[in-house]
Amino acid sequence: MTKIDDAATAAPLATETIVTGRPPYARRRSPFRRPVTSIVRHALLIALALAMLYPVIWMVVSSLRPNDEIFRDPGIVPDSFEVSNYTDGWNALAYPFNVYMWNSALIVIGCIIGNLASCSMAAYAFARLSFNGKRFWFAVMLLSIMLPIHVIIVPQYVLFSQLGWVNTFLPLIVPKLLATDAFFIFLMVQFIRGIPKELDEAARIDGAGHPRIFLQIILPLMVPALATTAIFTFIWTWNDFFSQLIFLTKPELYTVPLALRSFEDAQSSTNYAQMFAMSVVSLIPIFLIFLFGQKFLIKGIATTGIK
Amino acid sequence: MSAIGELGKLKTAKLDGKKQNKAAYLFLAPWFVGLALITIGPMIASFGLSFTRYNLLSPPKWIGLQNYARMWEDERLHSALQVTFTYVFVSLPLQLAVALFLAIVLDRGLRGLAFYRSAFYLPSLLGASVAIAILWRQIFGVDGLVNQVLAVFGIQGQGWISNPDTALGTLMILNVWTFGSPMVIFLAGLRQIPTMYYEAADVDGASRRQQLFRITIPLLTPIIFFNAVLQLIGTFQSFTQAYIVSGGTGGPVDSTLFYTLYLYQQGFTNYNMGYASAMAWLLLVIIGILTVLMFWTSRFWVFYDDQD
Repeated sequence: MTKIDDAATAAPLATETIVTGRPPYARRRSPFRRPVTSIVRHALLIALALAMLYPVIWMVVSSLRPNDEIFRDPGIVPDSFEVSNYTDGWNALAYPFNVYMWNSALIVIGCIIGNLASCSMAAYAFARLSFNGKRFWFAVMLLSIMLPIHVIIVPQYVLFSQLGWVNTFLPLIVPKLLATDAFFIFLMVQFIRGIPKELDEAARIDGAGHPRIFLQIILPLMVPALATTAIFTFIWTWNDFFSQLIFLTKPELYTVPLALRSFEDAQSSTNYAQMFAMSVVSLIPIFLIFLFGQKFLIKGIATTGIK
Repeated sequence: MSAIGELGKLKTAKLDGKKQNKAAYLFLAPWFVGLALITIGPMIASFGLSFTRYNLLSPPKWIGLQNYARMWEDERLHSALQVTFTYVFVSLPLQLAVALFLAIVLDRGLRGLAFYRSAFYLPSLLGASVAIAILWRQIFGVDGLVNQVLAVFGIQGQGWISNPDTALGTLMILNVWTFGSPMVIFLAGLRQIPTMYYEAADVDGASRRQQLFRITIPLLTPIIFFNAVLQLIGTFQSFTQAYIVSGGTGGPVDSTLFYTLYLYQQGFTNYNMGYASAMAWLLLVIIGILTVLMFWTSRFWVFYDDQD
């Protein structure tokens, strides 16, 4: 539900790039030798998966129905094709929906670049360099992962409003350039520790400095960790509501979540068909990233071959 | 290879000494700036502001402990705490139990593991979005999907979200619905359990049930603990779902007034920045105490396999 949940999930996804399958231990034999038990089990699991995804499927189907039918038809058989929900919903708010999509996209791109650059640099220092106070700073970094944003949001708001940054994208992007998503530092440190040190040492003997070792040896080898970071930054930022709600109040700066929320205020009698249509539009990037991202992670396991 | 490695180590050790400090601080520079300006600085400022009355327009006015005294008497704060604690301590164990159960079912050499894992995981990615909160608002409305399905079976439903007794329950269901992320962590943990333990248990004639409770669950307790701590910290900070489902009010009758939602109302609707800062520090103290408590209890139930 929150960032921390997803953060937790990212770790095993990343370790899977290192631990392929379960080699040293052979695959556990299936306890379901009898086919009947196996069929029952699959039937139950499929029923559960369907029940879980049913509301989402129903929303997609309903977004193509006339508005009054949404409150009558619990089925998921596509029976009508009201594309007008999408075209009307697109233009139902003060600005066309592509404005909000573009705003969200700009913030997402900024955050991804920020996280990739700043977290990978910090991770290199923590994983490969020895310096005074390393253990202390590492502990500080780990603790900062657990810090609730609410503890710092008020002074942050004061700071950014004095800088004149409220109602710009800067309060949302600049912290990422300063590696405040410490979870990704930790993820990358774990990954870099898995890269053989002999590679950097050989480069050092050849006279390469740390910037070159970082850019030419470590970065290319940590592409799977960078991909995981990019994917999770995308999802978190695209879904983020709290900080966007606080820092963006002008309708022309609204992001997709803020636009969706304003649907409820904008119309006296809420048009659910249009709201569903735009909700579906807002979820499409997440779906795509989910499909594309999973593939990429598995590919990362197969091709990089880092153990 | 190893000789070259050693040589390299010697050489770098000789060369570096001081130099690595400089390089490290350069690589860490963005993080240090962020830590000072975005994290620690605001943390200290928020502690200071919690002793003031501040509305952004006029400068902060020192009022001592008045904000903390006011929290003691603030009925809405008490109901926000009650709502949040109920939400966390009911939905979190449920979510973890479902996640653990399905991870164990899926790990048993079942075909189509990847498919099920994806299907169960997807809601975790969607659950935090405004779109799903909007969907939830419709589903549990008077004319919503749940009541339509109930009508098929001839049951007269009710307005689940407009009823203060059930509104929080709909949010708990939403939280349990996102069990996919802890499930993926459990699955990764199950993969680390060596098969030889099960083989040995088979030889000794242990039943499946015994293997589950004597091998799988004990070896998984560190992962259960890890999940519980992470989910605890995260669930306490839930905001979006309650905001959208209640239209920003925390209603009906404050039944979905999450702590963070009340903090948002105080800080960014009423501009009581001092009071909001005091609330933020109370939140930090609560989360801190609960985390320490969990670490303390962990030595009674978390099993660490020293031989690994």
